[in-house]
Amino acid sequence: MSADVLLSGGAPMRRGPYISRITNRTMNLLIRAAMLFMVGVFLALVLNLLQVQRNVTLFPPDVISSIFSSAWWVPPCCGTAAALIGLLYPCMDRRLGEPHKLKREWSNVMRCVAVFVGINHASAKVDFANNVQLSLTLAALSVGLWWTFDRSRSGFGLGVIIAILATLATQLLVYNGVFQYTSPDFLYIRSWLPCIFFAGVITVGNIGRQLALYEYKVSQEKTHQD
Amino acid sequence: MMVRERLRQNISAAFYRHGLLCASYPVPIILFTSASILTCCYPLLKLPLPGTGPVEFTTGVRDYSIPSHESPGDLSERPDWYQGPPVAYIQQVLVKAAVSPWDNSLVPVDVFRSPLGRVFSVLEEIRNHVYTDRSLEALCLQVTDLLPGLRRMQAVLPEHGCLLVSPGNYWQNRRDLFDADPDLLKTVHQHEPKGLHTSATLKDLLFGVPGKQTGVSLYNKKRVVTYTITIALSSYDARFVASLRARLKQLHPSANCTLREDHMVHVHFKEEIGIAELIPLVTTYIILFAYIYFSTRKIDMVKSKWGLALAAVVTVLSSLLMSVGLCTLFGLTPTLNGGEIFPYLVVVIGLENVLVLTKSVVSTPVDLEVKLRIAQGLSNESWSIMKNMATELCIILIGYFTFVPAIQEFCLFAVVGLVSDFFLQMFFFTTVLSIDIRRMELADLNRRLPAEAGMPPPKPGPLRPRETPPPPRPSPHTITLQAPAFRNLRLPKRLRVVYFLARTRLAQRIIMVGTVIWIGILVYTDPAGLRTLLAAQVSEQSPLGEAGLPPHLGVAPVFPGRDPTSTLSVLPAPEPTPLPENQSQGHRAARPEVVPVSSPQITWGPEDEELWRRLSFRHWPALFSYYNITLAKRYISILPVIPVTLHLSPQEAIDTRHPQDTHHAPPPSIKTSDLQADLTLYKVAALGLFAGVVLVLLLFCLYRVLCPRNYGQNGVPHGRRRRGDLPCDEYGYSPPISEISPLLLRGHSMDIECLASDGMLLASCCLARQIRVWDAQTGDCLTVIPNNGPRASWGQTFGNQEEDLLGADFREPGGGAVGRPDVDIFPIRRRTTPARPALFGDQPDLTPLIDTNFGSLPPSQTLSSSGFDFGGLVEKAYQEHETSPTLAFPPSPPASQQRRRSLGDQPVLPPELPPQNNGDWDSSVWAMELRGNLIATGRSSGKLELWDAVEGSLRCSNEDGVSGITALAFLNNRIVAARLNGSLDFFTVEITKPLGLLQYRGPPGRGSLPPSPCYSSEDVISCQLTRSVQCAHQKQITVLKAAAGRVVTGSQDHTVRVYRLEDSCCLFTLQGHSGGITAIYIDQTMVLASGGQDGTICVWDVLTGSRVSHVYGHRGDVTSLVCTTSCIISSGLDDLICIWDRSTGIKLYSIQQEVGCGASLGVISESLLVTGGQGCVSFWDLNYGDLLQTVYLGQSSEGQSVRQLLVLDNAAIVCDFGNELSLVYVPSVLEKLD
Repeated sequence: MSADVLLSGGAPMRRGPYISRITNRTMNLLIRAAMLFMVGVFLALVLNLLQVQRNVTLFPPDVISSIFSSAWWVPPCCGTAAALIGLLYPCMDRRLGEPHKLKREWSNVMRCVAVFVGINHASAKVDFANNVQLSLTLAALSVGLWWTFDRSRSGFGLGVIIAILATLATQLLVYNGVFQYTSPDFLYIRSWLPCIFFAGVITVGNIGRQLALYEYKVSQEKTHQD
Repeated sequence: MMVRERLRQNISAAFYRHGLLCASYPVPIILFTSASILTCCYPLLKLPLPGTGPVEFTTGVRDYSIPSHESPGDLSERPDWYQGPPVAYIQQVLVKAAVSPWDNSLVPVDVFRSPLGRVFSVLEEIRNHVYTDRSLEALCLQVTDLLPGLRRMQAVLPEHGCLLVSPGNYWQNRRDLFDADPDLLKTVHQHEPKGLHTSATLKDLLFGVPGKQTGVSLYNKKRVVTYTITIALSSYDARFVASLRARLKQLHPSANCTLREDHMVHVHFKEEIGIAELIPLVTTYIILFAYIYFSTRKIDMVKSKWGLALAAVVTVLSSLLMSVGLCTLFGLTPTLNGGEIFPYLVVVIGLENVLVLTKSVVSTPVDLEVKLRIAQGLSNESWSIMKNMATELCIILIGYFTFVPAIQEFCLFAVVGLVSDFFLQMFFFTTVLSIDIRRMELADLNRRLPAEAGMPPPKPGPLRPRETPPPPRPSPHTITLQAPAFRNLRLPKRLRVVYFLARTRLAQRIIMVGTVIWIGILVYTDPAGLRTLLAAQVSEQSPLGEAGLPPHLGVAPVFPGRDPTSTLSVLPAPEPTPLPENQSQGHRAARPEVVPVSSPQITWGPEDEELWRRLSFRHWPALFSYYNITLAKRYISILPVIPVTLHLSPQEAIDTRHPQDTHHAPPPSIKTSDLQADLTLYKVAALGLFAGVVLVLLLFCLYRVLCPRNYGQNGVPHGRRRRGDLPCDEYGYSPPISEISPLLLRGHSMDIECLASDGMLLASCCLARQIRVWDAQTGDCLTVIPNNGPRASWGQTFGNQEEDLLGADFREPGGGAVGRPDVDIFPIRRRTTPARPALFGDQPDLTPLIDTNFGSLPPSQTLSSSGFDFGGLVEKAYQEHETSPTLAFPPSPPASQQRRRSLGDQPVLPPELPPQNNGDWDSSVWAMELRGNLIATGRSSGKLELWDAVEGSLRCSNEDGVSGITALAFLNNRIVAARLNGSLDFFTVEITKPLGLLQYRGPPGRGSLPPSPCYSSEDVISCQLTRSVQCAHQKQITVLKAAAGRVVTGSQDHTVRVYRLEDSCCLFTLQGHSGGITAIYIDQTMVLASGGQDGTICVWDVLTGSRVSHVYGHRGDVTSLVCTTSCIISSGLDDLICIWDRSTGIKLYSIQQEVGCGASLGVISESLLVTGGQGCVSFWDLNYGDLLQTVYLGQSSEGQSVRQLLVLDNAAIVCDFGNELSLVYVPSVLEKLD
């Protein structure tokens, strides 16, 4: 619409800002992607540590190396996935035209992240009677997370889709022998994995939306003004 | 539904009363709360401190039996972990060996080579010991493989056999390897980890005594070597152990050994927190801190933000403590690791309620009493608080039914925590808040300046209790504007900087606290390791440790067989009477600086009884963990140590020498040792520094990631814009303060009646019928279209009287619809208008003045009062001023005066202008529209005129109608005019270009030009009546709005009609109001809302003509209506501005306006509302109802109220008050446009 203004011989002074707005947008996108990537890597490392602890109660002295005990490609993968999902969520919100409105504050996002880590913690630390119980509990917790912090149907749908895809991918990886789980109970993997994926998607989506909030506001302001 | 409402009301009332109570007696309530917190926390004293250190329990050896698994009810002192068999029984054989008598011909290596060599024979003895067909093989703990990660230890630690470790393991328990080893020390030290180590090292494990005590070093002044042979037994056979003890004692008697042998120590290890486990923990704590930080950031508009934040944190923390205390009181001892679940508990309990409470209280009207404010704030949020709490309890209840013990325990804690948190919020925090607010009020009184007026009501969601029952004010959400002098909003820049600093200091503090906590955790989890390390550093550093003590010890030889207690090596013994042989040895040394040679003495003291205590408490877990055996939550039993004393002769020592041993050169190695110690110290320091820096960087990065925008840059020109960028900004929008300065447009001599703008130009018409065109960007007056008379002037007396009358007049119809003819008086007006020209036909210059002034008044003839008969007055005045024509009206600036004259003197009216030019001036302008550079004016005489805005010339005129034009709409090239008689005329503006060129005729220097079609002065413009709808409405049309190709009219006949602009076809007649229509809003998105005299507001669907919603809004007429995408803003004659949710029709809140300013409002952006007041305009945050700023329009304008307000495209606001226009820019909006 700014182009229209330009063509109609309107204010020529808008040309510069238009370009800067474009650059701003790409910059913004890049920054957001980088941030989400870092969040993903960080969460992957920490949560991996939690999962490792599940099996080894006492660590050999060289604990620090056990942080990086997983394969090197896992954290970058998680980071990339986080960046993609975090950018996808606000984008989808805009496309569907139903902006996410529930409690959009950083404190809430932090709360969401904390609950996500808590779910992971519970899955790693709490002794459940059997795997079904563990999976059911985690599923309930994940849905509770969605209800508390998201509540958008699109968010739920995307979360479920990505969780299924990620589970499939993990199955394939394990099937091809890239790595394996200690005690698989759901084909080749652990049955709680989809729940964790779902909760992670919701969390990362929340972060992404919060990051996108500002850019969205500005563009909204602009369309309004134009 | 009814039950819900009643419940809601009851809850609200209860909270209100509670708030009153809390605010009335703050001190007793705080005391009571503190007392209850302390009471609830009292049971915590009984709890053992949670820790990971091992716990000991001592039993006698004699009557030992494996503890049963049954509950040990009778033995109260027996700890509950002391059940079942231990993981292992540890039998240590403590060997002390020395070469004695010491010979000066011996080299330092001899101190430990032969004593260490004897370990193999002792080992042999132990291995081969058999007692009644029981051998060690049968009893000892069989171990399998080492953990896969420990390949390098494979050669050293035993595998697939008895767990029996001794220094001999360094040489695979083979004497020949030992004898062939040229450098024993190197062998021992090659397995030592290089850097900082906190857990047990291999040397500790194999030697079984702390590294300093082994005596395996070249500088061993005591020349006694100590080591242990550690045997792990899987089952305890008292007789076998006893026979082994007897055998070893018999073989190697310890003369003065009085070690106690009757106690067995059971050591229980808790679950360990390793660094690996600390990382997730630290992460959760970091998240917790971030959460608290972001939550407390939201506390605003209180006296002490950090005080309240502290109170909030205290509330949450003490509620946690209370919950733990209460649970303990009722017999639920926590088994969960407190440190681990604590962050999650805080997150579950949350700080939200506290913040919601604060916001709610702060948003109450400031002029109320503190008590009432607290009570109102509480009752406003009561429903949401209760709802949230019920939801959380439900979730926790669901969690309880998972029947997983750990989750159940967590849920139990969370429930108790939630309840106690609620209790504390209600009593503790509310009271603190009341104190804070009272303090703020006191401070404000002292400063004679209320800091904030019209506090922001927090508006998290549209669903909000509309009423709270008991407050004395009718509507608790009404925001009362204070007296104008008291309005001064938001923080100045300086304070913002201070706040910014405060915020960053918070970050620093968090970093500091985090570091301290980290170090604390390190020390706490590994006290032994760190402490021994530090102690080692200190002792190595101090010169006394090396140089000061040994001489004393060296000259303190002790006879064998003396009292062992007096021969503790640490005791610097007084100079005893030296033995002759010692003396002779000293003489043989012959050099005083050479350390006097003394015979090493093997002594046994009580400290040898439990030598393992000196080891790192991670010693045993480490040893067992190598074989993947965990000691967490289990225990081991340590049997009394077996002392073995070995005395070796010098000859034996010399015999066992390795050929290379004599080549050792001690002095340089002393240096290296010192150097090493220094290096270790530096390493530790560097590591610590590095860790600190990394931590700071990490937290800084986190801080930047979470708050990536730089919101403190005030000096940089982009600072303001950056601030807008803040993703953390919950308002999303904060116009910069103190930079809005109004631009006054003076020039009109009388009150301004009509305003029109297309964004670039601004046209105003005053009662004197003078039309002025302004540049909306700069505020310059571009054109003045005069009312046909440069001599237009009037007497002072007349002006005064007129003003008085005007004042009276404007109050009467109320509201701001002054510029628009009031509907009630229309009939009278219709009669008067035609009569005017007859009266003053010969004096065209002055009559229009009077006409417009009294357009809404009964004509002078009908009045008995002579005060209204101005004809004579004006005539007189005119005659008076005829003699002095220089006295033109003063406020008009000279430049415009000149221009006007130059334009007016030449043939102003184009030739196609109708000859009834004179009559044109008789009627007043009732409606005006501006598009491009064409001004369309609708006159009371029914004439429609088109003026060139830039040149001030009349371009065309149409007199098809006779009834006065009450409203005009100018869209594209169509003009719609509504007339007094209820008819609606559609005109088409046609442009004929004589030269076929579209010329750009903007005034030079102006960067922005109207984007609408420009008409050049050469164009011939004609205005054709295309269609006239005679009976558009039964009664006169009051409102006419056009947008999106639709024309909407509202009339006195209670109906709204929608026409299509192209073909003037009536699409719908909307019925729904029970009074005349007074306000209509339609915009490009086809949103149509109408308000009527009955105070109702209807929202219509323009496509179907159906009524979407219908709300009762005001007492009295709805005077103006604006819609945004989410809400509807209406104002009424009751001077109330109401904000409604557009989709639900629920009233969000209302703003009380000053008398007479009700109708002036405009929406600048989605979230910014501007309203007019007494000499000022106020900006509101639409989402929160938060008064952002008030801008005063001028010193002289205090008394004038803003009657009309126009929002331009570039976010300037034009408002007219009196005869002045004021242009107010909202700079931030402008910048965002850029």
